[in-house]
Amino acid sequence: MSDTQQRKPLVEVKDLKQYFDINMGFFRTKPLKAVDGVTFSIQKGETLGLVGESGCGKTTVGRTMLHLYKPTGGEVFYDGKKIETAEDIRQMRKKATMVFQDPYSSLNPRMTVNDIIAEPLDVHRMYATKQERNARVLELMDYVGLNSEHAARYAHEFSGGQRQRIGIARALAINPDFIVCDEPVSALDVSIQAQVINMFDSLQEKLDLTYLFIAHDLLVVRHISTRIAVMYLGKMVELAPAEEIYNRPLHPYSRSLLSAVPIPDPKVARANKRIVLSGDIPSPLNAPSGCPFRTRCKYAAEECAQSMPPFEEVETGRFVACHRLAYID
Amino acid sequence: MHLLEVNNLHTSFFTDAGEVKAVDGVSFYLDRGKILGIVGESGSGKSVTAYSIMRILAPTGRIVSGSIKLAGQEIVGADERVMHTIRGNKISMIFQDPMTSLNPTYTVEHQLMEGILLHTKRNRQEARARALEMLRLVHVNEPEKRMKQYPFELSGGMRQRVMIAMALACEPDILIADEPTTALDVTIQAQILELIQDLQHKMGMSVILITHDLGVVAQMCDEVVVMYAGTICEQGTADEIFYNPRHEYTKGLLRSIPTASNNHQRLQPISGTPIDLLNMPKGCPFAPRCDSAMKICLTQRPEKLVINPYHYAACWVNVRDGLAHPEGLEQKAQPVTASKAGDSHE
Repeated sequence: MSDTQQRKPLVEVKDLKQYFDINMGFFRTKPLKAVDGVTFSIQKGETLGLVGESGCGKTTVGRTMLHLYKPTGGEVFYDGKKIETAEDIRQMRKKATMVFQDPYSSLNPRMTVNDIIAEPLDVHRMYATKQERNARVLELMDYVGLNSEHAARYAHEFSGGQRQRIGIARALAINPDFIVCDEPVSALDVSIQAQVINMFDSLQEKLDLTYLFIAHDLLVVRHISTRIAVMYLGKMVELAPAEEIYNRPLHPYSRSLLSAVPIPDPKVARANKRIVLSGDIPSPLNAPSGCPFRTRCKYAAEECAQSMPPFEEVETGRFVACHRLAYID
Repeated sequence: MHLLEVNNLHTSFFTDAGEVKAVDGVSFYLDRGKILGIVGESGSGKSVTAYSIMRILAPTGRIVSGSIKLAGQEIVGADERVMHTIRGNKISMIFQDPMTSLNPTYTVEHQLMEGILLHTKRNRQEARARALEMLRLVHVNEPEKRMKQYPFELSGGMRQRVMIAMALACEPDILIADEPTTALDVTIQAQILELIQDLQHKMGMSVILITHDLGVVAQMCDEVVVMYAGTICEQGTADEIFYNPRHEYTKGLLRSIPTASNNHQRLQPISGTPIDLLNMPKGCPFAPRCDSAMKICLTQRPEKLVINPYHYAACWVNVRDGLAHPEGLEQKAQPVTASKAGDSHE
């Protein structure tokens, strides 16, 4: 791990903000702060896991990083270069790409597997001859364990796990350095999920990839990640090496999130003291003032309502945003 | 007598492409006050088993043979009027997606009262009081306000609570929960599971929990049925299934989930792809994906084998290893989660 820390960051995000205007009727709009000031960096070759519950902004972080949305505020650096102009975005997208959650809706039903996988090659004009294009597609299908005889088929002829392999082959087509994996295994059955997770692992080794791995399944994230970031209502509340955050979560939200994970071991599960949170996640349209978690936090005090706690490095490599950290037993 | 006894149930869907045997010879029983988990992947027949018990199969589906007995009363082939007195009254069900299972055009109050008015002798006022009481019981905040709201105004966790309140309003003997927390976030999942456990304790009912999440099973269930391709491959107490798995599929499932002990190592996935129910193999349905498959596995469907009185598995490997024997060969073996003893009554 110290090895990765010494390597320079591949992607850096500083105070990233993404607001969506929500129509409130009659020319009034209200900003929905999907991502509200998030700062982190991803080292070359590492996997950063991004966890949080639905609506916390984890998918939006992934998409805004790749400028699929134009950020409302903040900066994105890719390979040391600030992304500003359309040309910057174009250059970044030759090296950074995405794998989507739903293997059903993310593949065009009118295209053959061959065309789906080759589309990024077409867009970036990455081949000289048709033979070259086909050879590349077959190579990619081989990478992800698909039978090359199936290149002429359509996506609907494949099972969920195989479709996800097609999606991954498409992402690999541009020979990327960085892949945003947005819940890539959550639509798959357990036995298939393990196959795909292993594939992500071995592709990373083989092709020296860097991942941002977004998921809500905390056991999967723990398995695959080097470091893990926890988000709540558009804010990052904790960022730490994977093992540390599992063994000793610091932020009250990380604690309850991790204790809520059902562990597939009856004896451990029975002994597990769960911290069950009361209430629901507030709507991001009406986020609480100050720390967004304070309405469900049993350690909350007055200062939590006053200001958002800074996202500080409390131990080497561990960042937490909490006013009350010193008071938590 | 067991509260619920399912015996050699076969449910098929008759489609244009042919007969799909969604449930293919399933037997288990459920006792009062127990939580039974049914685990399996999509298409394993776990939900269809539940739909068969409730008799709410899609029009193309039919119970082909077998028996389902509720407190001794046969449900298969029972009159629809009889089913009306059972559904929502003796057996209730909650579904995976609370948004699609609540009616968007009626208020929470209306939907909660409907079942109460139908199944009990309460008048409207008493029914309303009962509805309110149920909302309090499932820890819905501001219950009076929620009564007047429509499902779209509630969050996912809140909707699932309303569903549970609705299911439990008539104090059923059995609650069937079909993936009740799959659509919810983990912290909300923890709330709902705790609620089900707590109510199960208070009301002394039995629960059938259908899920694909082995973590949820470990946390909730006394007994477990593992299904694959419409058949039961293994059943027993939760501890037996997790610490002494005997079917190659169960072993594979347990190996393929990431845990603290296999962290950052390669997972050991089950190879191959899920089964095509239209082209079922002749022998063990899992044999094409099984690393330990033998000749007999490809030709002969394994029967239910006794591992010990608390544990059954349908896997030939156990016979080869001398770890199991066919049911009935040893007289003392007391069936625990399943029984063929019911056969003699018919």
